[in-house]
Amino acid sequence: MLIKKLNDIKPSEITSESVYAERRRFLGMAAAGTALLTTGGLLLPQREVIAATSSRSLGAFKKSPFSTSEKLNALEDITGYTNFYEFGTGKGDPAKYAHKLKTDPWSVTIEGEAEITGKFNLEDILKPHPLEERIYRLRCVEAWSMVIPWVGFPLADLIKRFKPTSKAKYVEFVTLHDPKQMPGQRRPILDWPYREGLRMDEAMNPLTLLAVGLYGKEMPKQNGAPLRLVVPWKYGFKSIKSIVAIRFSETIPQSTWNRSNPREYGFYSNVNPTVDHPRWSQKRERRIGEFLKRETLPFNGYAEQVAQLYRGMDLKKHF
Amino acid sequence: MKAVYIKIIVFIAALLPLLWLGYGALNGGLGANPIETITRSLGDWALRFLLITLTVTPLRRLSGWRWPMRLRRMLGLYTFFYALLHLSSYIVLDQFFYWPEIWADIIKRPYITIGMVSFLLLIPLAVTSTNKWMRRLGRNWLRLHKLVYPIAIGAVAHNLMLVKVLSVEPLLYAGILLVLLVARVKIPTQQCFT
Repeated sequence: MLIKKLNDIKPSEITSESVYAERRRFLGMAAAGTALLTTGGLLLPQREVIAATSSRSLGAFKKSPFSTSEKLNALEDITGYTNFYEFGTGKGDPAKYAHKLKTDPWSVTIEGEAEITGKFNLEDILKPHPLEERIYRLRCVEAWSMVIPWVGFPLADLIKRFKPTSKAKYVEFVTLHDPKQMPGQRRPILDWPYREGLRMDEAMNPLTLLAVGLYGKEMPKQNGAPLRLVVPWKYGFKSIKSIVAIRFSETIPQSTWNRSNPREYGFYSNVNPTVDHPRWSQKRERRIGEFLKRETLPFNGYAEQVAQLYRGMDLKKHF
Repeated sequence: MKAVYIKIIVFIAALLPLLWLGYGALNGGLGANPIETITRSLGDWALRFLLITLTVTPLRRLSGWRWPMRLRRMLGLYTFFYALLHLSSYIVLDQFFYWPEIWADIIKRPYITIGMVSFLLLIPLAVTSTNKWMRRLGRNWLRLHKLVYPIAIGAVAHNLMLVKVLSVEPLLYAGILLVLLVARVKIPTQQCFT
């Protein structure tokens, strides 16, 4: 039923970006005045009105059995200590500069080996998906980790709507490329735009999440607003932020870090304490907020859900 | 201003980075990962003091001033002081005496190997920094202290290899070191050596 809805949208019916921006501007004014707010509410679904006002709560969402019961990291640590090189290489840079990112309006291009492709407004992408909270461990390749309460929906649910063909063996994701909004992209430290990829079965795994928020609120810009990937059993850099394109492909996509340094970053990048990164031992990690390091678990503790994806593979070779 | 005042001012100023870290540690001002902040900051300051120490001689040769030379030993010892704290922070705060991993790091990770070697080479320089040792070693003292050049190259390389992508700060230090090394070749000693 959800897919049908999407099928019904002809490219000509999709709101053009300029009209859309106009509408958002109007909505901004509407939010300022109570009298106009009612009108704004008539024009657009309720959720968008909420997003346009200062309240940034995501409203109702269900809990998930995949959530860990570990102690959450503080919001200020999650938002203040981030790797998002599009805004600078310092951990504090994204919090400082991400306000330049304009996340509304936002569109996502779906392309490649799928029956339904095209450019879609974020609202149309998100509309059919009920949100849920997923409390996941996040393990950075730099040997630190956090526990983060994401809000999002399974990537698998989105993929099904676009009906990938039998040729779709991989999914590639692309981050926005706009040095005006992302000042870190002015320097060629990485081959912009940032790209990441998953094998189809990894993408369809129920753990793989598309996140739109954390701590019950809209996603902070420095954490990858408005739409980011969360793959909890892989090193953090696989969880690509501020996604503008999702591409289904038959051949293995090359990720940005793999291109930058193939010896240090492989395609899979599963959390694996037995495979050292040349510059960091991966045996242990520091949970942010703790003093002593803890042992790193295979697949970041999600082996039960994902180890079967890699059965028979030499993970020292496919790191 | 009298040389002794300059010396006191520099002595106190050189302690400020450490005081800032101590203050930050007590007030939760070192961010989400304070151990990383402390280790990195101490390493940065060791490298900065090393480069400052290396500017003393060219500065003297260019300006003819004598007072920078009176600061050289103190600046060199501050380099050692911050390098020692940097290494201690890694061993105590970061690894908490987890020797298998510390040893593996030194053996397996080139940037740590280079950093460690640079630190070890600093030790004889710090030890022989006294007047007594200068007299005892005579001409060999200068020869021994030429070790500061491989140490500086090692320290800059350690810093450059640490980052995941080329960043401004490590490149800046590399550039400064290059200028300082070239200055030693280009500005003849005798020009101002009075």
